[in-house]
Amino acid sequence: MSERYLPLLATIAVFSALFITGGLLYNNFLSTLVLGDILADNAFVIIAAIGTTFVILSGGIDLSIGSMIGFVGVVMANLDPLGWHPLASGAAMLAFGLGFGALQGLIIDFCEIQPFIVTLAGLFLLRGSCFMINLDSVPIQHPFVAAFAATSIPLPGGGFLASSAIVMLVALAIAIVIAHFTRFGANIYAIGGDRVSAALMGVPMRRTTVAIYALGGFYSALGGVIYALYTSSGYPLAGTGNELTAIASVVLGGTVLTGGVGMVAGTLFGGMILGLIATLINFNGSLNGAWIMISGGVLLFLFIVMQRSLLSSFRLRGVA
Amino acid sequence: MLGVSKAFPGVRALDCVDFRVQAGEVHALMGENGAGKSTLIKIMTGAVRRDEGEIRIDGRPVEINSPGEARALGVGTVYQEVNLIPTMSVTRNLTLGRQPRRFGLISWRTARSLARERLKRLRIDIDVERPLGSFSLAVQQLVAIARALEDDTRVLVLDEPTASLDADEAELLFQIVRDLKGRGIAIVFITHFLDQVYKIADRISVLRNGRLVGEGATAELPRLKLISLMLGRELEETEERLEALPHGAKGEPILLAEGLGRRRVMAPFDLTLRPGEVVGLAGLLGSGRTEVAKLIFGAIRPDSGRIEVGGARIASHSPGQSLRHGMAFCPEDRKAEGIFAELSVRENIVLGLQTKRGWLSRLSYSEQERLAQEMIEALGIATPDADKPVGQLSGGNQQKVVLARSLVSGPSILILDEPTRGIDVGAHAEIVTLIRKLCAEGLALLVASSELDELIAVSDRIAVLRDRRMIGEIGSGDVTRETIIRTIAGARS
Repeated sequence: MSERYLPLLATIAVFSALFITGGLLYNNFLSTLVLGDILADNAFVIIAAIGTTFVILSGGIDLSIGSMIGFVGVVMANLDPLGWHPLASGAAMLAFGLGFGALQGLIIDFCEIQPFIVTLAGLFLLRGSCFMINLDSVPIQHPFVAAFAATSIPLPGGGFLASSAIVMLVALAIAIVIAHFTRFGANIYAIGGDRVSAALMGVPMRRTTVAIYALGGFYSALGGVIYALYTSSGYPLAGTGNELTAIASVVLGGTVLTGGVGMVAGTLFGGMILGLIATLINFNGSLNGAWIMISGGVLLFLFIVMQRSLLSSFRLRGVA
Repeated sequence: MLGVSKAFPGVRALDCVDFRVQAGEVHALMGENGAGKSTLIKIMTGAVRRDEGEIRIDGRPVEINSPGEARALGVGTVYQEVNLIPTMSVTRNLTLGRQPRRFGLISWRTARSLARERLKRLRIDIDVERPLGSFSLAVQQLVAIARALEDDTRVLVLDEPTASLDADEAELLFQIVRDLKGRGIAIVFITHFLDQVYKIADRISVLRNGRLVGEGATAELPRLKLISLMLGRELEETEERLEALPHGAKGEPILLAEGLGRRRVMAPFDLTLRPGEVVGLAGLLGSGRTEVAKLIFGAIRPDSGRIEVGGARIASHSPGQSLRHGMAFCPEDRKAEGIFAELSVRENIVLGLQTKRGWLSRLSYSEQERLAQEMIEALGIATPDADKPVGQLSGGNQQKVVLARSLVSGPSILILDEPTRGIDVGAHAEIVTLIRKLCAEGLALLVASSELDELIAVSDRIAVLRDRRMIGEIGSGDVTRETIIRTIAGARS
């Protein structure tokens, strides 16, 4: 087993430990029902986080995720009364996410501006656009939404794998293939590991950068579509702060924020850990909701410290 | 390459240079820092685009606009600093951009065997799944060569491949180079080590100030001629400067280290340093030279022993404390630890002094300007003005800026770690002369270097290190190549 898998194993260990702790504290916690709920509730953030994993692996950052989720929902909700099928409007929004991400990537590479600033502008732009369209929550009434919500695969033990969770797992599988079995994926790791070297090694920088952010945009739009279908509405404030939740999921999943090291599969567990903490605190009932963020923060901190020591362990050897 | 030119803002880096390499030869490209070597190979390998001129391969004019195009034309490159991705595995580094695919997806199994095969050609046997960064620099260098070598590679460019290798590793590299030469590959070899040039090169081209000033077979270009071509001045002058030995000032120790050490980094050692004295740190790569320098400066926190400067003990040892006690340190890796590439020459020089004074008593702009100008003149830093970013200067001049920063604060103890690494002959001599001058003025110097001759030339005493242990000290009058080597080897039974 190479040390590459260490962060991923740590993430899975933390998840298992939390899950078992829940099982010891509460009856019925250790069940596929709870697991299925966590998957369904967090599917949209995890989908967006999967896209962010690519961005972070390349050493970049995408702050426009939360706004993208809100914007996608608002547009879909407004296309609904015009007779658009949610699948049609969803597909249109996926195309929009792809294009918007590609544009961000192009600006980042062509103008050599930090991704932080470019995607921050994207955050404001999309969130502002939400408010331009409407200020209130708009329901999506198409019968497909109800059908989508009703679709699920039964799990052994009485739980269900909801449709949103299914979409998320498919999206994850595709992402794993892209990250680990395509040249594009290998190029992402190279750029994140060392930009200058990657360029000298012949990695097509512009094409790759544009594609990375396009992929990020696509996945956050997909997260938005799932969120809209899951909540059967579009709300201009939806997804606020989710870009940070997504980044936290990625880091908890073992991906190093400076890029080059990490695995897409980790992000699933990173997102699930955050979901699990929320569920644990809800089960308790007497604890303040603020504990969700506090414990998430503590975990995040511990993970970054762990990554730091892991990275320096082989960097130092190279220097000596 | 015919009549190739390239101008950067403010500098004409290359001026109508012709450069010819033949198949199956090792061609050394020589020149001082800033002569245009790096620019020439960057044009050859597509990292920089030329302004004028023509590149031909087998007599056929070609366009090289990107590293990918150069590779397709059979030009492979290993850059000065290992330019691979340390966080990725050896396999991934070797196969990046040309991974074997099955049904459109990468087959890592095939990739691994491909990587092993590539390494085998260079007689390297390592675990290809480990991250590249976990191997020594020498192995990383060899992996870089393995990557640059394709089946159809016609020209292999090695930019300072031996800069971070010790003698054995360099010899291994030369065997590989000879091997490749035998296969009809043209090798462009760039180095500062004259010995290595005469050991391996068939022909030599010399650049100076962006012009080709000489070309010929190695056998017909004796050392003296080569150096005078590179320097553009007669060698005797350099040699003469190397002769003056103003040693001798002694007195109370200004620096006293007792049992200083850190577990797993460096065994405890004692060291004294007197004003006007140069103490050298000799040893093989990895023997602990840098560690001693950093422990004394506090850049590595010691966990045992004590250190006194001018009779006063430094309690909590840190670089800041050391600076305040009149120590200054020029690190080995100037790119990573020495300079702030984006800041100007002036800012880099003044930085150390400002830190010493504290942020409250700010140096006025005119004061900064005056100090910077003084240093630029004193050290002969070649820069159009003090406001040029340091990153745009050549390596030797960057090193001088680091030195200037240490000197401007008026230290009483100066620690130099590899002061001449990656610096050409002319700048080398200048820095050696400078070291001499400084200690004549009463400065105490600690010099760590991998080059024995350099240490012998400057040092009064030499502390010999092996395997992170101080194993002996060679006193004045006894400092010769032989005694040092014998000390290093002697304890090795």
